[in-house]
Amino acid sequence: MHLVVIYAIGLIFGLGISISGMANPAKVLNFFDFAGIWDPSLIFVMGAAILVTAPGYFLVLKRPKPVFGNGFTLPGTKLIDRRLIGGSFTFGLGWGLAGFCPGASLPVISTGNPDVLIFTASFIVGIFIARLMIQRSAQQRDAATAS
Amino acid sequence: MIETEFTPLAASLGGALIGLASVLLMWVRGNILGATGILTGFMQPSSSADWAWRAAILAGMVTGPLVYLFIAGEFPAIQVPVSTLSMIIGGVIVGIGVTYGSGCTSGHGVCGMSRLSPRSFVATLSFMAGITVMVFVTRHIFGL
Repeated sequence: MHLVVIYAIGLIFGLGISISGMANPAKVLNFFDFAGIWDPSLIFVMGAAILVTAPGYFLVLKRPKPVFGNGFTLPGTKLIDRRLIGGSFTFGLGWGLAGFCPGASLPVISTGNPDVLIFTASFIVGIFIARLMIQRSAQQRDAATAS
Repeated sequence: MIETEFTPLAASLGGALIGLASVLLMWVRGNILGATGILTGFMQPSSSADWAWRAAILAGMVTGPLVYLFIAGEFPAIQVPVSTLSMIIGGVIVGIGVTYGSGCTSGHGVCGMSRLSPRSFVATLSFMAGITVMVFVTRHIFGL
């Protein structure tokens, strides 16, 4: 039962992405092309999403716990460091090259569009490259402390 | 470059649904609806129950465009103004960036901003800056 509800939530998200235009690279890139053919649509996507989520979260997070499960899983760290800023800026550069972001590309895999499939495969490769890089630098740090 | 039409109504409706899904997931299961986090955990789950809910939400996500097809009679428009090489390099860079930055547009941009997380605010400004720079460089300096 719980999984059927989660499935329906995913469906609402996927439908929202489909209607919004977030999965259309031409639209996404034009939004950020302030010096060229600017299309302001995407500010309405993020604006409407936050206008719904912010009050929704405010009410939901006042409850003692979620409907299914023991507690809310919220990111514990409050750290604002070079990794957060550099990683996010890097993500932006890639987003500007491809025109897709992860949340927009995942739902539209089902359209079978070859660009979506190429992007999604590439970004999964990128996730694994980053995880290897993070593991390696952690090992090097450990080795340095040991010696 | 491909010119696109200004579509504030569709954008707002789509955004509201994205927001609704984010609120529902927090209410029902207590999780942030971030595509990066959900996918990463799906590929390397901590338990079978952890894998199951991620599989369910991803299955729901890919059903979204099919429902759109059923209602609108066509798939959502996907117009790609960049080369395949750009798509591959961009994709790899996105994967690296979201892993180091711990989130993407859905996790930081919608969920994090909505709970007034300073961390997500900084992350969102950073990726908005990154894409603005890249679009300016590719279109107005290299003329691609």
